[in-house]
Amino acid sequence: MSVAILREGDYLIAAILSDLTDKEVLELRGELTELVGRYRSRGLVIDVSALDVIDSFVARALRAIVLTVRPRGAQTVIVGIQPDGAIALVQFRLNLGPLRVALDLDAARTLLDQLTGGEAEDGR
Amino acid sequence: MADEVRVVIADDADLMTARAEARAMAERLGFPRPDPTLIATAISEIARNIVVHSGSGEIVLKPFEDAYRYGLIVIATDQGPGIRDVEAALRDDYSGRGGPGLGLPGARRLMDEFDLVSDADNGTTVTMKKWRYRDELARLREERRRRA
Repeated sequence: MSVAILREGDYLIAAILSDLTDKEVLELRGELTELVGRYRSRGLVIDVSALDVIDSFVARALRAIVLTVRPRGAQTVIVGIQPDGAIALVQFRLNLGPLRVALDLDAARTLLDQLTGGEAEDGR
Repeated sequence: MADEVRVVIADDADLMTARAEARAMAERLGFPRPDPTLIATAISEIARNIVVHSGSGEIVLKPFEDAYRYGLIVIATDQGPGIRDVEAALRDDYSGRGGPGLGLPGARRLMDEFDLVSDADNGTTVTMKKWRYRDELARLREERRRRA
């Protein structure tokens, strides 16, 4: 699968490197859930910029990943939604729901620092 | 003008081909951003419906143009079980198979024209179009001429 997984301190970065099939998108969930546990990651960043489109299937799969890694102790931030993809999401009326989104890796790191900084206060 | 492109849809890897072909044709035709992405997203949904509900089918991409417009026609066909309640399938909250039924209404919103014909004997055909006026002023003149 063309996804690069990088560790950076408490955070795990999953950079999708090319367009993925539905099957590969689904496999990502199991893999990331496993890795978050193995590395005791408290944050997960998924870079979706290489995906050709964010359609309803991808949105649902990302949602599933977020909800699955959360009880494993990790918060997730999605980065890399392209301008055209953002317009498509709005026109499609796809609701990203519980997904936290940041513009790029720097913004994701800042957001994760906030989210994981006060573990005790985070009631989830 | 570019020729039509036919993509056989039999498994999820074919969705990638359909998306890429649609994007390439839209760009070749001169569609400005974000149209190629909107078209590719709509096609992704329609192609997935074929894989999930029918198993196999095909998508034909056809360029069209006249004096005022250029555009892309997408014709997706399958010989699957058909959609029992087409009107319901185009509503936002419906899904014949339990999942959130977002695909069809979403795809419709991304395109300019959308038509769905389905019955149990002949399967399902979705026809979608996206078009652009070459020149907004020419479009207005044409409309005025037609009204006159």
